[in-house]
Amino acid sequence: MTETIASDLRKTPLHARHCASNARMVPFGGWDMPVEYSGITAEHIAVRTRAGVFDVSHMGEIEIAGKGALAAVQRISSNDASRLQVGQAHYSALTTFDGTFVDDMLVYRMAPGHFLLVVNASNIAKDYAWIAAQVAEAGEAAAVDSSSRYALIAIQGPAALGVVQPLCSTELAGVKYYWFTHGEVAGARAMISRTGYTGEDGFEIFVPPNMADRVWQALLESGRAADVIPCGLGARDTLRLEAAMRLYGNDIDETTTPLEADLGWIVGWKKESFIGHERLREQKENGITRKLVGFEMIDRGIARHGYPVLRDGKAVGVVTSGTQTPYLKKAIGMAYVPMDLTAAGSEITIDVRGRASRAAVVPLPFYKRVTPQET
Amino acid sequence: MAYPADRKYTKDHEWIRIAGDTGEIGITDYAQQQLGDVVYVDLPDVGRKVNAGESFGSIESVKAVSELFAPVSGEVVAVNDQLKGHPEVVNTDPHGTWMIKVKLASPTDSGALLDSSQYQSHLG
Repeated sequence: MTETIASDLRKTPLHARHCASNARMVPFGGWDMPVEYSGITAEHIAVRTRAGVFDVSHMGEIEIAGKGALAAVQRISSNDASRLQVGQAHYSALTTFDGTFVDDMLVYRMAPGHFLLVVNASNIAKDYAWIAAQVAEAGEAAAVDSSSRYALIAIQGPAALGVVQPLCSTELAGVKYYWFTHGEVAGARAMISRTGYTGEDGFEIFVPPNMADRVWQALLESGRAADVIPCGLGARDTLRLEAAMRLYGNDIDETTTPLEADLGWIVGWKKESFIGHERLREQKENGITRKLVGFEMIDRGIARHGYPVLRDGKAVGVVTSGTQTPYLKKAIGMAYVPMDLTAAGSEITIDVRGRASRAAVVPLPFYKRVTPQET
Repeated sequence: MAYPADRKYTKDHEWIRIAGDTGEIGITDYAQQQLGDVVYVDLPDVGRKVNAGESFGSIESVKAVSELFAPVSGEVVAVNDQLKGHPEVVNTDPHGTWMIKVKLASPTDSGALLDSSQYQSHLG
């Protein structure tokens, strides 16, 4: 393994704040990011029961605008962007010609002819090169990598609305799940999106980089009475796994399709065509040979990314994510398995560092909040 | 946290406290800090023979798994069952939480291990 020199890593506008707050910093996707503040378990529980604040400024933003913007987005994205109203967002795949994932992303409709795509930090350069080429071919639209124009702060948890609202001139209770609005947060011009990567209610707040620290501090101050705490990428990972949200590079990549990842709902089947649609239609008609499922360990131990799923001693699948979850207190994970092992209740065997360990296939998500905000 | 002088340390961040012909083995405060929240400790059965420098079990935090390496050779004579239900005590009291007790194969076996000040120099 090669050590990355710290100075080669990119820093978010909140980097100095993380260091000053004694967060444990790690390299992630080319960025020097906080993995934990007070501990993954404490942060995870805070988000499930109160709220936590995350710096996710490393995420990329790519904007597509122009007369042909909708057509361009429809071509590169699996989901049907024509169904998005201005002010609405959805989850989608940026697809290859094989129908696999260049990346997964959120697509925001900013205006009839203006879309903002939020993509994974480690994929920004790859995604932008891909998108710019496709958009140029489609014509009548332009793509811009505007990642450096945004800091992105997430506040997630049942207390989120009560923490953000006092700082914000815009009324937020009426912003539905997967919708967004514009306003000021702690005096900063912001785009406020009711989205997140934790399975809780909450907001992702896009602000100018020079306002990030002010907004971060204001959120923590506003949340002090409710014991809202700063959180790192470690808790973000355990939270998203309990909510069964896919992680690019672990659960999905350029070898897996949305159907195999059990994300058929992000494919706009009524769309005329898009990159990779032939392969996806073929998979829909003829079926797939493997699918991503959730599992809970029956035997002791934790199955982690890359561990083989065995049948008769041979690898027939692979674990893509796995951990002991702090809130459910179970060893859970997701794995690609052959179709005959995908039914809930199926028993699978995982090679946990040389030990054949049993797990049960369970429905996803592992965790769903009790009072969903979506309507 | 101080590293007690009543025991020896490995460069892999285990400690061993020897009394007579048996030694209690655990991991250091530095190790638990690096691991983060410990959620599972996989330990050998009583009677198992372990060799110095070889893995005798594993310890898992939320984010990673690490091998546990035996500081000395010997036979496992006791296993700390408290860790099955409360693995988090490794985080809260690393130097007070032994994982296994080993009957030493050779009483002079611990000669190559680090003492407290050498271990702290090793940490830098």
